[in-house]
Amino acid sequence: MQTHKLTYTPLAKALHWLMAALLIGLLSLGFYMADLPLSPDKLQLYAWHKWVGVTVFALVWLRLLWRITHRPPAYPDSMSRTLQLLAHGGHWALYGLMIAIPLTGWLMSSAKGFQTVWWGVWPIPDLLAKDKELGHSLQEVHEALNWLLVLLISGHAAAALKHHWVDRDDILTRMLPQGKKHD
Amino acid sequence: MTEFNTLLRSLTLLATLACALPAAHAVEYKTVALDKSKITFNYKQMGVAMDGQFKKFSTQLSLDPAKPANAKATIEIELASVDAGSSEADDEVVGKSWFNIKSFPKATFVSTQVKAAGTHQFDVTGKLTLKGQTRDVAFVLKHTPQGSNGLLSGGFTIKRGDFTIGEGPWAKFDVVANDIQVNFQLTAQPGK
Repeated sequence: MQTHKLTYTPLAKALHWLMAALLIGLLSLGFYMADLPLSPDKLQLYAWHKWVGVTVFALVWLRLLWRITHRPPAYPDSMSRTLQLLAHGGHWALYGLMIAIPLTGWLMSSAKGFQTVWWGVWPIPDLLAKDKELGHSLQEVHEALNWLLVLLISGHAAAALKHHWVDRDDILTRMLPQGKKHD
Repeated sequence: MTEFNTLLRSLTLLATLACALPAAHAVEYKTVALDKSKITFNYKQMGVAMDGQFKKFSTQLSLDPAKPANAKATIEIELASVDAGSSEADDEVVGKSWFNIKSFPKATFVSTQVKAAGTHQFDVTGKLTLKGQTRDVAFVLKHTPQGSNGLLSGGFTIKRGDFTIGEGPWAKFDVVANDIQVNFQLTAQPGK
């Protein structure tokens, strides 16, 4: 029975933790590389950042597909209606950013005249023609959205830890690899 | 009377032709309309095709398409006018490890031989000097008449390593490729 599901499927867990690792890596790399002086290393880091970013952009659609075709475990009744709404909102905001951030990265690359060639092999079409001003604006949007992502991820992680240690419910453990099996 | 008129008209026509034909043959391109000309280049950076151009250059040209053997061309490029694709790259590429424009502000091309190679095509060889080093280059020059002007276009590939363009950390070709494709389109105008 759908309603008795207490844990996520292995695929959902795998995607969650893979994305977590990739996003934290991309965020750290992104903030680090942006201020580097121009060098071959910098260009290489940018290329890697873009390749992994495109990968995340592909993976998020897979996650959304899972999310639409599966009903995730329900929130515990101990959570107030407001908190449940907040949690829902936060999760959809995370999905929104996981789409919007790679998209703005892709657009800014096109506008700046640096096409993205995935893993150096597959060219991804430029959605915009070269336009320096637009490229600069998109870079600001990309950066602002990433700060928002940092905030949301921190909130997400803090909430999970609060559920685990303060509320002592299974919100965190049901996403862990060895978490409870399906009933 | 009618026959005489016809004869006269034919003679006039002949005379006109006689004057016009050598004139048409004697078209010799002497100048280049810089606003209708461009010198561009393409290169690969981490597998990504990039393009750039030089906005300032000057030319000395004498090319009579009917007598290519006498043709001569000199092109001087102001390296500071480079657009390498981004402002960050523009600042970098004029520096010491790339063009080093303080010591070598210009790139020059001087033709050494021009030979006919089919209709409206010529085989051109010349010397390209960049950053104090001179290398032979060869390319096919295409000539497209446009009224009294002529569009001269062509391109060739150079190895940036041959000219030590990109030293130190840039000397490896894993990030910025060795091959640089140079293309030009010059609108040549006739002169005396």
